[in-house]
Amino acid sequence: MSVDKDTVRRIARLARIALDETRVEPMVKDLNGIFAWVEQLAEVNVEGVPPLTSVVAQTLKLREDVVTAGGDAAAVTANAPVSEDHFFVVPKVVE
Amino acid sequence: MSLPVTPTDFTLAEARDAVATKKISSTELTKAFVQAVEGARELNAFITETPDRALTMAAASDARIAKGEGGALEGLPLAIKDLFCTKGVRTTAGSKMLSTFVPPYESTVTRNLWNAGAVMLGKTNLDEFAMGSSNETSFFKPVINPWRSTNSNQNLVPGGSSGGSASAVAGNLCLAATGTDTGGSIRQPAAVTGTVGIKPTYGRCSRWGIVAFASSLDQAGPMTRTVRDAAILLRQMASVDPNDSTSVDRPVPDYEATLDAGVKGLRIGIPKEYRIDGAPPEIDALWERGAQWLKAQGAEIVEVSLPHTKYALPAYYIVAPAEASSNLARYDGVRFGHRAEGVRDITDLYEKSRAEGFGPEVRRRILIGTYVLSAGYYDAYYARAQKLRTLIARDFEQAFEKCDVLLTPATPGPAFALGAKSDDPVAMYLNDVFTVTVNLAGLPAMSVPSGLTADGLPLGLQIIGKAFDEATVLRAGRSIEVAAAFGAKPAKWWTA
Repeated sequence: MSVDKDTVRRIARLARIALDETRVEPMVKDLNGIFAWVEQLAEVNVEGVPPLTSVVAQTLKLREDVVTAGGDAAAVTANAPVSEDHFFVVPKVVE
Repeated sequence: MSLPVTPTDFTLAEARDAVATKKISSTELTKAFVQAVEGARELNAFITETPDRALTMAAASDARIAKGEGGALEGLPLAIKDLFCTKGVRTTAGSKMLSTFVPPYESTVTRNLWNAGAVMLGKTNLDEFAMGSSNETSFFKPVINPWRSTNSNQNLVPGGSSGGSASAVAGNLCLAATGTDTGGSIRQPAAVTGTVGIKPTYGRCSRWGIVAFASSLDQAGPMTRTVRDAAILLRQMASVDPNDSTSVDRPVPDYEATLDAGVKGLRIGIPKEYRIDGAPPEIDALWERGAQWLKAQGAEIVEVSLPHTKYALPAYYIVAPAEASSNLARYDGVRFGHRAEGVRDITDLYEKSRAEGFGPEVRRRILIGTYVLSAGYYDAYYARAQKLRTLIARDFEQAFEKCDVLLTPATPGPAFALGAKSDDPVAMYLNDVFTVTVNLAGLPAMSVPSGLTADGLPLGLQIIGKAFDEATVLRAGRSIEVAAAFGAKPAKWWTA
């Protein structure tokens, strides 16, 4: 399987990473080099093999559904590039 | 025990004992390391130095020691990979994206270390978001390996992604350091810098507060100058943690207590699939010597097979980018991290902030991950790779019916020159061919310095163990260390 320029533009859009038109072709080349190499996985018969979902057998721990943290808006917004009164600021979304 | 004359030459164990018996104060020890760090800026091992914090912590340690209250790492200066969040101290993950990020919380692993009395010297350089095998993808410029080939002035890479920690340990800029290992990022740099690095079993250390790369593979571990030091530091790093549901609730053994038990009667598996075409003959020779060393100490050498080994690296390059593309979706230019200026709308803000904030390797891996998880390709790539992981884990289970630990080379070669592998992503990825298998299966593994190439560069051997059997891995590693009598140190060419 190989990717073309349109596919690269589409996945860059899905990943929300702006890709300059000059960078599309080199990315096509890089990705195809990598996909050609991972293609060897196709030669393994994986029929009936379950996917590995946990590397160490254990049941997921549960805890009481109670508030254990929070109430610190100042700390939460401290690293925001733009914030006002403990709100994150984004460009206008609704006209 | 006679102590080295220079405090920066101390091992962690020697420093611990010297501080506890008041042969040296934490303040004296810390000052020596602060000076070493400042004199070695040419290596670029640190992104952020924290000398003031270090001396404040050292003074507090000395006060506790005076009252007889010292912890297991009391007063011992360590370096922290800049992937561990440290409260109030910038944590960058080697990325422009987080170049001004100051965490309001402390990672569990580092909190454990400070609770044990350790002192922080600073935050070490790494590949951007731990994605790399040479430390060249760091936004903060590459790290230089203290080691150089005999009669050469050429700078070499320290491996990656924990390259800053590896260089700092090899260059005696700290007593020990933390690393993280997703596909070899502790063991590969340890091997090419003549240091010890262990990736424990998945779940042994909490991942909470470590900037996430691939959550089902990431594990923290120690990077040290000796196997004993690794045993000491791992015990303090490990813990079960309510903030990481994958951390495991099992007692943490006193690894140091069983370190010198030897390998008599231990069965050492040699997986034949780790003999790869084109590997330098020195690698095979070292591997053979390692097996002989253990045999001479009473171990039994057993040939085993791990038939799916060759598929581990390609499977990793599906699973790790897939998980990374999901984990790194959080960098949106809104809540924290880099934010682009002059944008049209919210989508433009996301796309430009991410394009500007991430470097080329990170962008490449996010796109790979997005592609393999996208509609129509999930089964062909991600689901298949996850099934391969099951086969790889089964290979190990079957091998461990015949042996107690496995012995393999740690890397396919020694440290290489900066830029030598930058043009071909796949050539760079192949550095992790021997280390990546255990991440996929979650097993513990350690790299131990075992010899030098003809050009005088260090090489490591890898010991792989059963899940949660770090004690035996360390024991076998200690036996290799004793037999190898490595002892070599890089010439100190960087002194300012």
